[in-house]
Amino acid sequence: MTRHAPVLAARGVTRRFGRVTALADATLEVHGGRVTCLLGDNGAGKSTLIKVLAGVHPPTEGRVEVDGRPVAFASPRDAQRHGIAVVYQDLAVIPLMSVWRNFFLGREPTVGRGPLRRLDTAGCRAATREALDAFAIRIDDVDRPLGTLSGGERQSVAIARAVHAGARALILDEPTAALGVRQSGLVLEHIRRVRDAGVGVLLVTHNPKDALAAGDAFVVLRQGRVVAAEAAPAGMGLARLVELMSGGGPQS
Amino acid sequence: MPGPSLSHRGPRALFALVRRPELGAAAGALLTWAFFAVIAGGPFLSLDGTAAYLNAAAPLGILAVAVALLMIAGEFDLSVGSVIGAASMLLMLLVAEAGWPLWPAIAATAAFCVLVGLGNGWLVVRTGLPSFIVTLATLFILRGLAIALTRAVTGRTQLGGLQDVPGYDAARLVFAADLGPFRVSILWWLAMAAVATWVLLRTRAGNWIFAAGGGADAARNLGVPVARVKVALFVATALAACLVAVVQAVRFTGADALRGEGQEFRAIIAAVIGGTLLTGGHGSAVGAVFGALIFGMVRQGIVLTGVDADWFQVILGAMLLGAVVFNEAARRGLAERGGDGSA
Repeated sequence: MTRHAPVLAARGVTRRFGRVTALADATLEVHGGRVTCLLGDNGAGKSTLIKVLAGVHPPTEGRVEVDGRPVAFASPRDAQRHGIAVVYQDLAVIPLMSVWRNFFLGREPTVGRGPLRRLDTAGCRAATREALDAFAIRIDDVDRPLGTLSGGERQSVAIARAVHAGARALILDEPTAALGVRQSGLVLEHIRRVRDAGVGVLLVTHNPKDALAAGDAFVVLRQGRVVAAEAAPAGMGLARLVELMSGGGPQS
Repeated sequence: MPGPSLSHRGPRALFALVRRPELGAAAGALLTWAFFAVIAGGPFLSLDGTAAYLNAAAPLGILAVAVALLMIAGEFDLSVGSVIGAASMLLMLLVAEAGWPLWPAIAATAAFCVLVGLGNGWLVVRTGLPSFIVTLATLFILRGLAIALTRAVTGRTQLGGLQDVPGYDAARLVFAADLGPFRVSILWWLAMAAVATWVLLRTRAGNWIFAAGGGADAARNLGVPVARVKVALFVATALAACLVAVVQAVRFTGADALRGEGQEFRAIIAAVIGGTLLTGGHGSAVGAVFGALIFGMVRQGIVLTGVDADWFQVILGAMLLGAVVFNEAARRGLAERGGDGSA
């Protein structure tokens, strides 16, 4: 099914901070149209891995690949230019700004030239509405401050924004961590829709239930090492995932 | 009030209010006007009375508009008052001691203010210290320098005689002309507010200003040049102070090293009364205009009603407190609903 090279991959990535090894020889693939779940307890190395993939830290050893070709990101901006986007848990949106201002923040379209160069506000509003409709995010008014939306809606808007900005690989950092059950369901549903649109999703979570609900493949990190990477959900039950994460696996 | 038909997200009237942060200040200005119209009557309502409070509001308004933009971006500039003093002394020293014609001296003073703004901005962005502290330091440094250097060079802290300098007549026309009882600085004030509103609501830079104050980390993640935005706004506040310095020096044909004392706080108060959040991320230039207008009306109104002018400060303090409480309630309504996922 996945003959193509992965959109985004880590190959044998090790990352040290001084003498501390945060990540050791980690390999992971993110394929277009699939949700890869990155699981692990706090401190397992999840954050380090996504920061390497997002261009925040260069790997100490190993390499990052985009479409099968090795890349060395100079910065997060550079990674974004390669189509890699990260939606951080609580640093994704600006609550006091309207939905459409958030949606186009940092890539605002303009009309006119010279001193009359101005925001294409009508275009922004229409495009935001269209993009949200396309992902079935129901928001009555794109002029509302984003902070008045529910937590799940906020995450969904942030995800839709990254896809609209051209992300081909989307790294989601604990998108459901701060949410209740119903709101989590909303976000997971939205993630599946993004996947079906062909985007490669890396879902970082420490909640195995959420992972099973949305994931096509599972990578489990423990103490900086990949302890399991399994593709099919067949046989990947909740009990097995929890076991792998907590370290009581049958192989140990 | 919220009935069962309204969503859990709160009444729409609140959104309308917080979406337009200047509405509260506009209502406040109207109330203030009505109050003094009744209490002070004719003298307040006359053309001269109207001109008096607009003239008083203009210099503060020029500062408040720039300060509001900076506050929306999440920073304070306490140095604007002393920049007025330092800029007007520099201007006077250049023309009186160095013998420069007025216009080159104005250009050099503006360049000096750009440097002050760049310095403030660079220090804040580079050190990550609160701008409150950094610009409190520059407040004292510039005020001290203005007094010490002027005294060292001239033996005085007040300089006059600007009317004899080449270029004065043209400068008078631009910065200190009178249109009947109205001063031209009112036009500068309104023009600045118009430009600031345009920038804030209709340009990319405006979007970045809101983002810099509303969530600097999120903005940076999305590629917004937060540091550059802030530095540019520190330059804007310093240039606004420069404009006030030039307007006043030309009008009074001289300057005093102490000029502008306390203006930094009045500008912040005007911005806050205008609906700008102390914590950044929300506010408007039009609100700052109304904030300054309220200032001017209270000041003139008190004089006209014969109340002891000492009460002016009490009223200001009370208005500031009221505005902050109101703004904070609005902000909470805007930012903290629905975040718990308990829909």
